[in-house]
Amino acid sequence: MSEFLQQLVNGVTLGCVYALIALGYTMVYGILRLINFAHGDVYMLGAFFGYYVARAIGAGQDPHPGKALIVLLVAMAGCALVGVLIERLAYKPVRRSSRLAALITAIGVSLLLENGGLLLFGADPKFFPQVVAARNLSLGGGVTISNQQLIILAVSVALMFVLRMVVMHTRIGRAMRAVSFSHTAASLMGISVDGIITFTFLVGSMLAAAAGVLVALQNPKIDPYMGILPGLKAFVAAVLGGIGNIPGAVLGGLVMGVAEVMVVGYLSPTYRDAIAFILLIVILLVRPAGILGKHTAEKV
Amino acid sequence: MTSRTRLRSGFGLVLGLALVAAGCGGAAKDELVVGEYGSLTGNDADFGQSTKRGMELALDQLVAQKQGKIGGLKVRVVVEDDQGKPEEAATVVQKLVNQDRVLAVIGEVASGRSLAAAPICQEAGVPMISPSSTNPKVTEVGDYIFRMCFIDPFQGTVMAKFTAQNLALKKVAILTDNKNAYSVGLTQFYKESFEALGGQIVTEQSYGSGDTDFRSQLTAIKAKGPQAIYLPGYYTEAGLIARQARELGIQVPILGGDGWESDQLIGIGGTALEGCYYSNHFAADNPDPRLQEFLKTYAAKYAGQEPNAIVGLAYDAGVVLFQCMDKLATQSPEVFKGLSSSRAGSPERKAACKQLRDLIAATTNFPGVTGNITLDANRNASKPAVVLEIKGGKKVYNTTINP
Repeated sequence: MSEFLQQLVNGVTLGCVYALIALGYTMVYGILRLINFAHGDVYMLGAFFGYYVARAIGAGQDPHPGKALIVLLVAMAGCALVGVLIERLAYKPVRRSSRLAALITAIGVSLLLENGGLLLFGADPKFFPQVVAARNLSLGGGVTISNQQLIILAVSVALMFVLRMVVMHTRIGRAMRAVSFSHTAASLMGISVDGIITFTFLVGSMLAAAAGVLVALQNPKIDPYMGILPGLKAFVAAVLGGIGNIPGAVLGGLVMGVAEVMVVGYLSPTYRDAIAFILLIVILLVRPAGILGKHTAEKV
Repeated sequence: MTSRTRLRSGFGLVLGLALVAAGCGGAAKDELVVGEYGSLTGNDADFGQSTKRGMELALDQLVAQKQGKIGGLKVRVVVEDDQGKPEEAATVVQKLVNQDRVLAVIGEVASGRSLAAAPICQEAGVPMISPSSTNPKVTEVGDYIFRMCFIDPFQGTVMAKFTAQNLALKKVAILTDNKNAYSVGLTQFYKESFEALGGQIVTEQSYGSGDTDFRSQLTAIKAKGPQAIYLPGYYTEAGLIARQARELGIQVPILGGDGWESDQLIGIGGTALEGCYYSNHFAADNPDPRLQEFLKTYAAKYAGQEPNAIVGLAYDAGVVLFQCMDKLATQSPEVFKGLSSSRAGSPERKAACKQLRDLIAATTNFPGVTGNITLDANRNASKPAVVLEIKGGKKVYNTTINP
């Protein structure tokens, strides 16, 4: 039993990370109907920004919560900028073209970031400094949680809560929901659609950066290709929960994280990556709109 | 296509052809070309970089002693990066053999990548010396494939003996990298010997190279309460696994093989590795004068650093190869001419490589920095293994176990 509970703790932590990345996918999809395949690479950039900042301020030598916070915030700011640049330079010029053109552009941006990262950071993996000294807390019954896992849980829950507040209870949030409903109607109401789209990319990229830093804290090996698989899995998580739906992305992320950890723990680690796609196939067969998604008939 | 773009692509074509032509012009010089391939980048980049440094030292020695020449011809080493991928290893060795027309190949560290490249060398009749691939299958590929190190059945036995006798432990869990031929082989040999010695394997878990999260497997291991964990993987994962094991409250020693041998191991694992052991080819604190001399040379070239066993084995591989080439040059100068780059692809080259192969196979009691090397009938070196302990952030010699 204690083994199962421990796996559950591990799974929920991993799930929170997937949820953070999935939020970025789902927000962009909700607003633009675009699957932003470069999102996983923004997550990678977040980890690298964090790595260079942590080294610059010497956060690895004497860990301090303040320094860890600086690392997190700078990485988020850096990625927010990158996200806005990607939107302005790559997606905006093709916004009036077909959705296929935008999708291919997204794949292109993803490749650019991966290989640009390879050129800039080098192909050999880097090891993220320990900005938070590891400590264990016992939850009783032989189940332990590390303070790093706790930080992941706390930071991701806090960020999701802030996002929820912004989307549901602010003017800009209401504007986002309006744009997601209809670009034309929203602009007729005096909403700057371009501004809202930029804001969406900014927020999504910040969440991805936070996920990157949090994961690097726990699994310190980072390399330019590290975003591919988590990016794909988070995309599956977003589809699982119902793409375009914010609570759905969180739920999808948690389901994915727990499923992955349980498969590794009780079946075989060989299926670690396969489980994501098995879940994707099952959900597409059984409930194509996702767990929390609304089924809408396609107008022909 | 507008006329302007057509013009531009036409220009590109001409430029491309000119470059190809220029590239072909450079060959046909008389020299001795030796190939080397390794993971200069990628997940276990330290293996390839260490091998490269070992070969550089062997070449430096040749330059110091004979102006870098054997039989009057200059020796040139071509190094290729396989990015730590078996399929890439096959591609770059294909290039070394067919384009650079090398007379012999040095590499790899990882058995999986040596296994991918060995059939190419065997088919082309080019001797290949793997400095440090320990999986037995590597030299079974054919009679042109050699190695400078012991093999895994021995290494597995060494660690099993060490666990059962020196540490006096009875219950061990195994964590294998199932994407890695080396790790799978070592697991099998360790398990056989350890069970024969009366030990019990309480659980076998696995992971894939490149993974970063091992908590699920470690949680399963923790539930079985082993006295030690045998982890025959490479240093990157070994360091990460040790850290996560300690985070989950697993305090037992973790045991490994020579895949742990890297300067980065302790940097990755930190204090989590304290009190862990691994089997290796040499210990830097061994007082053997040959080894100490080598350590000095290395420190002089690489700013006071200490070489690892991978460097030592690559150096030995390079020196053995150069000595055999030199022997060929003095014993049969006519045949030796076949090794020159101008004879690439000719029947003389084939004959010369065959004789070179015979000379390497006859290596007996070669005084290497990693111990005396004698190649057996299966082209494997028979050498003692050492066990190192990680203590105070350093690798400390613990014991030697003979074959």
